[in-house]
Amino acid sequence: MNSMTEGFLKAFSLIYNLDQELLGIILLSLKVSGAALIISSIIGVPAGAVIGLKKFPGRGFIITLLNTFMGLPPVVVGLFVYLLLSRSGPLGFMGLLYTPSAMVAAQIILALPIVASLCHSAIVAVDPIIGQASITLGATPYQKAVAIIKEARYGILSSVIAGFGRVMAEVGAILIVGGNIAGYTRVMTTTIALETDKGNFELALALGVILLIISLIINIALHLIQRKGMAGTIR
Amino acid sequence: MNLQLRASNITKSYHGDRVLKNTSYSFNKSGVYVLTGPNGSGKSTFLRICALLEEPDSGEISFLSDGKLLMNDIAMRRRITLLLPKIGVFNTSVFKNVAYGLKIRGHKSDGIKEKVDKALDFVGLSHKKYQKAITLSSGETQRLGIARALVIDPEILFLDEPTASIDQKNTKIIEDIIIRIKREERVVVVTTHDMAQAERLADFMVIMKEGKINEP
Repeated sequence: MNSMTEGFLKAFSLIYNLDQELLGIILLSLKVSGAALIISSIIGVPAGAVIGLKKFPGRGFIITLLNTFMGLPPVVVGLFVYLLLSRSGPLGFMGLLYTPSAMVAAQIILALPIVASLCHSAIVAVDPIIGQASITLGATPYQKAVAIIKEARYGILSSVIAGFGRVMAEVGAILIVGGNIAGYTRVMTTTIALETDKGNFELALALGVILLIISLIINIALHLIQRKGMAGTIR
Repeated sequence: MNLQLRASNITKSYHGDRVLKNTSYSFNKSGVYVLTGPNGSGKSTFLRICALLEEPDSGEISFLSDGKLLMNDIAMRRRITLLLPKIGVFNTSVFKNVAYGLKIRGHKSDGIKEKVDKALDFVGLSHKKYQKAITLSSGETQRLGIARALVIDPEILFLDEPTASIDQKNTKIIEDIIIRIKREERVVVVTTHDMAQAERLADFMVIMKEGKINEP
């Protein structure tokens, strides 16, 4: 109990004094997860929108696939990306293994299905009357699609935030493809795993507290967005 | 009177149930046409087909202007509008809801503001301009729908059961609005199963029964 209290006190001291090592790790985590989220959103939001708005052969299969991939085990993704990027792998010539780029790639694979699938769900949840109303007011098919996407905006934003939550908390995939190299590929979650193994709880706890705060902020944002989106029903 | 509508031999079935049976009618004079008849007589289906929201199984909807047959393109579609019973409020302000039809037509903001203000004033919703539209009452929502339809100045305005889900006081307000619209040079087609209301509003009474139109 004492060592835990001591650990917490040291952790807060690290946070309070803005420890350089701690800051570097937080910054890299945000950079890697931020980049992965931006790329996932650029691909996932339009993909989710198209799947939600258009009917085409194989649509049901794609939705099932996306829903399945939402629960992909991170270590499996890590293994897959590792095999792709390893020297003997098909993309080995790019020399990306054990770099932040490899970590971004792994996190994209984890976040993309979440963003696309939740975005699709947000769009299909829009009352069909919205599309009909826009048509009766003279909208082209494209303008109708924009009207539906606008109605789904809170759900779409939630999908992006959920994707961010997934990648920020992830450890298995980035540990495999990033290698947890100090000052280069070491991020919050991998540091927590490593420092816990070493019995060095101060840094691990400090990062744990920060991760929890980030997670809290994400959830508060999600809650506020959902509350705003559900502020009324369609009339 | 510019735009005229001719519906010829319209048939429509849902799951094998024939809702419209070779229904024909022409809306060729300005004024209020009231489509009335019992529930399930095909009024709303006929209206949705005339407003180009649904395709008929067979038959033809033609629009004519100065005796010339028009192409059924987006420019033509933008000369008519339909107010659905559940109007489909966009989750934004009252102002932006009404402005929608003008925005998608590429109108400039100054013109939009002036026209939206006029439409909101016409339906008595000016004081709710910046309110979130989904917070309006049922009666106000119907008035919003009418403002949203009128702002685009349609030559043919279809109103599908505009007073079906609102109280007596709001029904009176909507009827007064329709009577005021009546003074303008346009075709207004209203469906209702309320015969008393039909008599109050109609310049032309169109009675539907079992998917067919019987003119009185």
